[in-house]
Amino acid sequence: MPQTMTEKILSAKAGRPVSPGEFILAEADVAYAHDGTAPLAIKVMEENPFMYRVAHPERVVLVIDHASPPPHVEAARVHTLMRRFARRFGTRLYDVGEGICHQVIAESGLVRPGSLVIGADSHTVTLGALAAFATGVGSTDIALVFAFGATWLRVPEAVRGVITGEPHPAVGGKDAVLELLRQVRADGLTYKAIEFVGDGLRHLSVEQRMTVSNMVVEAGAKAGIFPADEVLLSWLGDGAKPLRPDPGAEYVDEVVIDLSNLEPMVAEPPNVDRVRPVTDLEGIEVNQVFIGSCTNGRYEDFVTAARILRGRRVKEGVRCIAVPASRRVYMRLLAEGVVEELVRAGCFVAHSTCGPCIGAHLGILDAGEVAVSTSNRNFPGRMGHKDSRIYLASPATAAASAVEGVIADPRKYLS
Amino acid sequence: MRVKGRAWVLGDNVSTDHIISGKYKFKAISSLEAMLPHLLEEVIPGFSERVRPGDVIIAGKNFGMGSSREHAPRLLKMAGVGAVVARSFARIFYRNAINIGLPVIEAEEIPSITEDGDVIVVDLAEGVVANLSKGVRERFRPFPKEVMEILRAGGIIEYIKKHGGFPWQGSTG
Repeated sequence: MPQTMTEKILSAKAGRPVSPGEFILAEADVAYAHDGTAPLAIKVMEENPFMYRVAHPERVVLVIDHASPPPHVEAARVHTLMRRFARRFGTRLYDVGEGICHQVIAESGLVRPGSLVIGADSHTVTLGALAAFATGVGSTDIALVFAFGATWLRVPEAVRGVITGEPHPAVGGKDAVLELLRQVRADGLTYKAIEFVGDGLRHLSVEQRMTVSNMVVEAGAKAGIFPADEVLLSWLGDGAKPLRPDPGAEYVDEVVIDLSNLEPMVAEPPNVDRVRPVTDLEGIEVNQVFIGSCTNGRYEDFVTAARILRGRRVKEGVRCIAVPASRRVYMRLLAEGVVEELVRAGCFVAHSTCGPCIGAHLGILDAGEVAVSTSNRNFPGRMGHKDSRIYLASPATAAASAVEGVIADPRKYLS
Repeated sequence: MRVKGRAWVLGDNVSTDHIISGKYKFKAISSLEAMLPHLLEEVIPGFSERVRPGDVIIAGKNFGMGSSREHAPRLLKMAGVGAVVARSFARIFYRNAINIGLPVIEAEEIPSITEDGDVIVVDLAEGVVANLSKGVRERFRPFPKEVMEILRAGGIIEYIKKHGGFPWQGSTG
């Protein structure tokens, strides 16, 4: 039977051919949690002595990224707990400043095409860009994976996401996934996997694919998988094998995104699926711009932002906060002078943290304030006061908005 | 398993941020109890004090969307909520709820006719949810056997304690 990528990966894990709707018990190749979800997992393990063990320490990763460095004593205490756990069981730990979990896991080399990745964070789906089946779970689930190495999964039906055409230079992965959300809405992919194919994939770098995979969860998807094609294999650069859906594999639905006609897109509050072309929202006054997060905190994101900000200034009265998603990204941006360009333009550049996206620290919004953010959620109160407003957009749109002090179309800056 | 209580009616797309804001997960990390007063605070003011054991949340589409935070179903259960009945659930919330033993029921009619305070009965074994105040009964798709066993045990950890392994242990081939 021709198989989807989802069926291929989960069949290999189950040791037999599996179809949508079946429940399987599967071993995870990588399991991780961060300082928002690890504490409850560790608590569950401590309270249940039969679970106070780690089956495969080499597959377990803890990442301190959410409230990092600790903005208060409670977070500091959580970090201490995580360090103690990692030492006790010999697991990997990425400490303050190393980066946001999904990015450091992508950089770690632990994820291969065909891997099963289980993370205690909804944005674990990001790793689907590496042709892995990557999905988010809660603390009890991750505690069970840490302890016994396996988890239960229902094999999901798959939707085909066809990406075609070549985008305008100011349009990219973020606009593509916002367009996907506009089409399918916030629950349109619930319980399903989406698999991306089409001639447009060659115009989406692995970094941009990570942006797309990252936000499929905002439509409820269980996974968002890109094939292991030439683009990914050359990014991995180490003889990984291709992984593609079989011709004739069965999909329950299809969504088409044409990059060649795509405009810069923006999700207006209070929901991720209230997506409109930037031209509908131009001119809305902005107090803060945030460029970063597991969605858009990668090298190309800041290079794009810097192309717009170079030789210009962040508009007076606007805070522009730029946070690379990992130390590796930060170092590369430093080495290539991008950080200096951002700082000269008036940006506040900080070490890697999830801080601003989740309203933990580094840019909390006041009542009535408006932010343009490259992150993934615009729910009321997420970045601060419940009466603040978050518009989600690409790094290009964010940078253009920082320059103009209002929501702005980036196409006039990049051609 | 039978749950009976008053309805608390919510709309579509109630996120885990609405259920318990991410702000509190660090402030009160050492004890879930300390987070309890903030449960659903911006959706139903005073909820944690007004809810009674067995009460049922009735919601629209995509309940529990967003973050994977397990604090959301745990706090609902801790507050006394006996079940959540919604038109649909976000998958991580759904999974977390089963794992910690909070019944989550997908239904169509009950969410559309229920008003705050109506008396709701959920019978998991029978696969029926009823609104006694309105006299409406609805059958729901029964859980797979293994999921039912997890709920019956009170959560997956209780299940494993009792049975020594995962419910799907036998089906791994």
